[in-house]
Amino acid sequence: MSTWDRFVETFFNAKVMVKYLPDILSGMVVTIELAVLIVLSGLLAGLVLALLRALAIRPLNWLIIFVVDLFRSLPPLVIIVLIYFGLPAAGVSPSGFVSTWLSLAFVLMAFSEEIFWAGITSIPKGQWEASRSTGLSFGQTLINVVLPQALRLTIPPLTNRTIAITKGTALGTVVAVTEILGQASSAVSNSYNPSPLMMGAAAYLVLFLPVVVAARWVETKFAWKR
Amino acid sequence: MSKPIVEAREIHKHFGHLHVLKGVDLEVAERELVFVIGPSGSGKSTLLRCLNRLEEPSSGSVVVDGIDMLDPRTDINHARQRIGMVFQSFNLYPHMTALGNVTLALRKVAGKSRAEADALGLAALQRVGLADRAGHTPGQLSGGQQQRVAIARAIALEPRVMLFDEPTSALDPELVGSVLEVMRDLRQSGMTMIVVSHEMGFARNAADRVMFMDDGLIVEQGPPAAIFENPTQERTRAFIGQIQRH
Amino acid sequence: MIETFFNPEIIAAIWPIVLAGLLNTVLLSLIVVPLGLLGGLILALLATVHHPLVRWPLMAWVDFFRAFPPLVLLVLLFAGLPFAGLELGGFACVAIAFFLNTGAYYGEILRAGIESVPAGQVEAGRSTGLSRLQAMTYIVLPQAVRNVLPDLMSNTLEVVKLTSLGSVVAVPELLFQARQAQSLTYNATPIVLAAIIYFLLLWPMVRLLSRLENRALASRR
Ligand SMILES: Nc1ncnc2c1ncn2[C@@H]1O[C@H](COP(=O)(O)OP(=O)(O)OP(=O)(O)O)[C@@H](O)[C@H]1O
Ligand SMILES: [Mg+2]
Repeated sequence: MSTWDRFVETFFNAKVMVKYLPDILSGMVVTIELAVLIVLSGLLAGLVLALLRALAIRPLNWLIIFVVDLFRSLPPLVIIVLIYFGLPAAGVSPSGFVSTWLSLAFVLMAFSEEIFWAGITSIPKGQWEASRSTGLSFGQTLINVVLPQALRLTIPPLTNRTIAITKGTALGTVVAVTEILGQASSAVSNSYNPSPLMMGAAAYLVLFLPVVVAARWVETKFAWKR
Repeated sequence: MSKPIVEAREIHKHFGHLHVLKGVDLEVAERELVFVIGPSGSGKSTLLRCLNRLEEPSSGSVVVDGIDMLDPRTDINHARQRIGMVFQSFNLYPHMTALGNVTLALRKVAGKSRAEADALGLAALQRVGLADRAGHTPGQLSGGQQQRVAIARAIALEPRVMLFDEPTSALDPELVGSVLEVMRDLRQSGMTMIVVSHEMGFARNAADRVMFMDDGLIVEQGPPAAIFENPTQERTRAFIGQIQRH
Repeated sequence: MIETFFNPEIIAAIWPIVLAGLLNTVLLSLIVVPLGLLGGLILALLATVHHPLVRWPLMAWVDFFRAFPPLVLLVLLFAGLPFAGLELGGFACVAIAFFLNTGAYYGEILRAGIESVPAGQVEAGRSTGLSRLQAMTYIVLPQAVRNVLPDLMSNTLEVVKLTSLGSVVAVPELLFQARQAQSLTYNATPIVLAAIIYFLLLWPMVRLLSRLENRALASRR
């Protein structure tokens, strides 16, 4: 057997791959579920916080800023471990899936709030004044005039950040979530062969590479032109 | 003079330590066109913005069309529909078409259906000569066209009074005429107008009254001819001499 | 509640373990940040070659690492390479993974920075007799770095946070040490302590960044 053959035999072992393909596929389903939950809840929560911040209620804003800073400062893995291993001591025992979802959703919430807020504040005062002078209320102006312009501005930074955080679903492995990396790792230790890991790596590329390429396109498309 | 439609009394405005309006009285009759001139920083914009409460006066009273603008019980958003405002920098919404700009408040504040709002919006654009640009976004329009859309946005709500804050000073000279043309039309149709501007020619043949403001006070006012040819105050004379030299 | 989450006795017992972790996190950051910057600089300089044979592979490389979770990369190196007879150990795996992963991110940022410097700057430099490399080093790069400083800092913050992945491959950094202490004491206090340390360490940088970013986005209009 040549070195090449041995390499293929080890890292791309057909028998092992066929055997563990279903595991990897089920891991992909979990990863997708996690990713969708994180993106939806994280972005929604971030937007809500940014809108609340626009109300300019002092103590509320301090609280928002603190929460945002907190989740920007802490490493996502630390948050996951804290929720998964820490909360049970307080009587709540979230599953690994829920811990990972909550942690990454909080992180995305924090980053997206910051981006949404920067977008809102970058809309010139004249836009507010023009709208208010025609009788639109604060809320109507925010929703109809300011937010559409702000969102457009925030799309490129937001897509990049969302991808970077969503990739973190792999961290779920640490708290026994059966997502791709978790499935691949246990398959490796069961089969004494690294092929499942290669499949897992390919699975991540299948899921995230299209998103990254789309993000590149979005970035050029939504570059702000007036 | 008929009963005033705009009645402001003893308006003071402070920005922190800065005393910007020092007790301004202003009465404007229905169908009157009042011109406000004065050096930069004299408080002209602040005065206009106090009339529709974009700026909160520190003290004084403002009544427009019988509505006490400073009464906390007044529905300010409803009241503002009756007071159109046109800004120096147009402030069109860049993410909407010309028609979208004009119809937003019709739909959201006046409660019109989309079809009604579109019909009224098109009529307003027609009045400023831009019905054929209804589907263009602000970025696709010249400065003069943008300002005319901004005027349409205000008049579509059928206001009782229109406020203009230097509507032509951000425009290239060759585009100024088209905007003044629209303003002249509005005046002919009987609109009450308060105009901050240094377009002396327009003031001379369209204004009923010219007010000269300096340092937060109305220094002198009267018919255009009187103010421009025979100002009684030294400050007025100096200012008019200055802008006529340009 | 305080008993389980912030127990003073436990803190007194385990602080040397956690402190050793903090020290390693700082050391690890001091190694992987320059390593990532180096990787990024190489990529960004390569990107100035506008030949399609350089451009496309480069873009593919960067997109690959933007799509690939760093933890998967790390596990691939740590658990996969031994099968090829290459046992590198946790620390070396972290170093390589960070060089690749964070290098791609730094590379994108530096490339954007270099592109933000007007071509006239290089031309002015070359007209005074500077070589291409000199013009890049003395004229373009300093301006490029200044133009994208908030992004560079933000990425550096992410890199420091990412060092916590080392815990998965038994590098004794802050999170790893805290989890060791946790398993010794059966108490959440060590992890809470680690979280507080991370927060105190990184909060000033987050504050600074949020100011810079607000200004950057506002000026994009
Ligand atoms: N929001 C504000 N905060 C603080 N100071 C303000 C504010 N708005 C206006 N001012 C100050 O109030 C004074 C009057 O400003 P205003 O804009 O009313 O002058 P103006 O007569 O319209 O001048 P211009 O011809 O330059 O438009 C100026 O000194 C200005 O700096
Ligand atoms: Mg002004």
